[in-house]
Amino acid sequence: MSNDVNAPRPAKPPSANKDKIIVRGLNFYYGQNHALKEVTLSLFEGQVTAFIGPSGCGKSTLLRVLNRMYDLYPGQRAEGEVLLDGENILSRDLDLNLLRSRVGMVFQKPTPFPMTIYDNIAFGVRLYEKLPKSEMDARVESSLKRTALWGEVKDKLNANGLSLSGGQQQRLCIARTVAISPEVILFDEPTSALDPISTAKIEELLDELSGEYTIAIVTHNMQQAARVSHYTAFMYLGEMVEFNETNTVFTSPRDKRTQDYVTGRFG
Amino acid sequence: MVEHTVKSYDKELDALERRIAEMGGIAEKMVIEAMDALANADTALAHEVVATDPRLDALQREIEDMAVMTIARRQPVAVDLRELIGAIRIAGDLERVGDLAKSIAKRAVKVGSEARVPRAIIGLKHMNDVATELLKDVLDAYAQRDEERAREVWERDVDLDALEDSVFRDLLTHMMEDPRNISFCAHLLFSSKNIERIGDHATNIAETVVYLVTGEPMPTERPRGRAQMDIDIDATGGDV
Repeated sequence: MSNDVNAPRPAKPPSANKDKIIVRGLNFYYGQNHALKEVTLSLFEGQVTAFIGPSGCGKSTLLRVLNRMYDLYPGQRAEGEVLLDGENILSRDLDLNLLRSRVGMVFQKPTPFPMTIYDNIAFGVRLYEKLPKSEMDARVESSLKRTALWGEVKDKLNANGLSLSGGQQQRLCIARTVAISPEVILFDEPTSALDPISTAKIEELLDELSGEYTIAIVTHNMQQAARVSHYTAFMYLGEMVEFNETNTVFTSPRDKRTQDYVTGRFG
Repeated sequence: MVEHTVKSYDKELDALERRIAEMGGIAEKMVIEAMDALANADTALAHEVVATDPRLDALQREIEDMAVMTIARRQPVAVDLRELIGAIRIAGDLERVGDLAKSIAKRAVKVGSEARVPRAIIGLKHMNDVATELLKDVLDAYAQRDEERAREVWERDVDLDALEDSVFRDLLTHMMEDPRNISFCAHLLFSSKNIERIGDHATNIAETVVYLVTGEPMPTERPRGRAQMDIDIDATGGDV
């Protein structure tokens, strides 16, 4: 994706955007706890959307709804509509495995499997596709290249994934996600456990991946949200307070609460 | 406005604002005194005005340094970022206002007691009053973050442009009446241009205040009598 030098992440004008995911009137409950209240927004195709807000505002919860991660836990339920290319992913008869192959996720702490670097990537692919060895090799290589890890690991593909540094592990996890060609990638605080250089590499990666993938990222680092995203959503107490182009949110936010939060005046 | 969680951040912004206020006060005084020096052929006062300018320059540099440090340290966004950018811009405008006042004061020294046609200065003094008022109002608008008042200043600059036009005709008449007036009136002409520019800087500051408060830039087109005046100059030139 070509970026204007003067505006690192120019958001496409909303009219030029195609909705990839539409969230409409979403409510989410942890048992009795009403964690998301009538949340409505769109994730635009090929754009990066950042979710910011104080702890407990519901941003991670929202992310976990987008690939039905909450299904793993009893007592959690979502109401409303979440449309992925027009199809409601909250529907009961949805194929969850298929959904998660279309909507990948990367977590705060790197979570490589305790197996070789090669298998870390091949493992996920094998769940969905049967590939001959040569094609699998090519897939592993392209995924690692896509995440700028190839140069660092090409000579030790049989080393354990856990032997890599934290930043490398995180990129391995992103490579693993990219390998199954998802359409949407969710990042939940992907750099909060990483040093600044590794963080910069992940941010560069986000830049590379945008355009091709629709990306949602939850971050506590507001400057990171300002740097990496086209759109920013500010959430507070389970509500979507403001959803706007990132440039607007960080130069002249419309809502007083957003302004107080991004400028460090909250509370 | 709600305070920042980090208190020293507020202190930095407050310190900047105080320095802008100080610059504003100095610039205003310089503009008034430069004209007084010119009107009263007061060379001592004129020298004083010239001597004040370095203080204004030093303040501007200080404001820029402080703003740059705050940007580097705190990565300001939204209203804070606009405050800092605004401070840098306003300091620049005020520094220029000081230069223009200084230039008038220098002319006051040159003209000295050879002021030949005292009535030629009346129009100029009037212009200066208007410019001083614009400057004062826009600085108040900045201090109070008063968008409406800033817009008013922005619109009132037209008056100053019109006044400059009439001062121009006036001085031209004096020059035609008696060639010995030419050198003196030429100095006044330059001074009138300087005052008109002071008005322009007041409008710049008004634009900055509106941006600072609303986050929206003002339209690029300003109300002004400039186009009109160009025609007038040509017309007068043809007539002479």
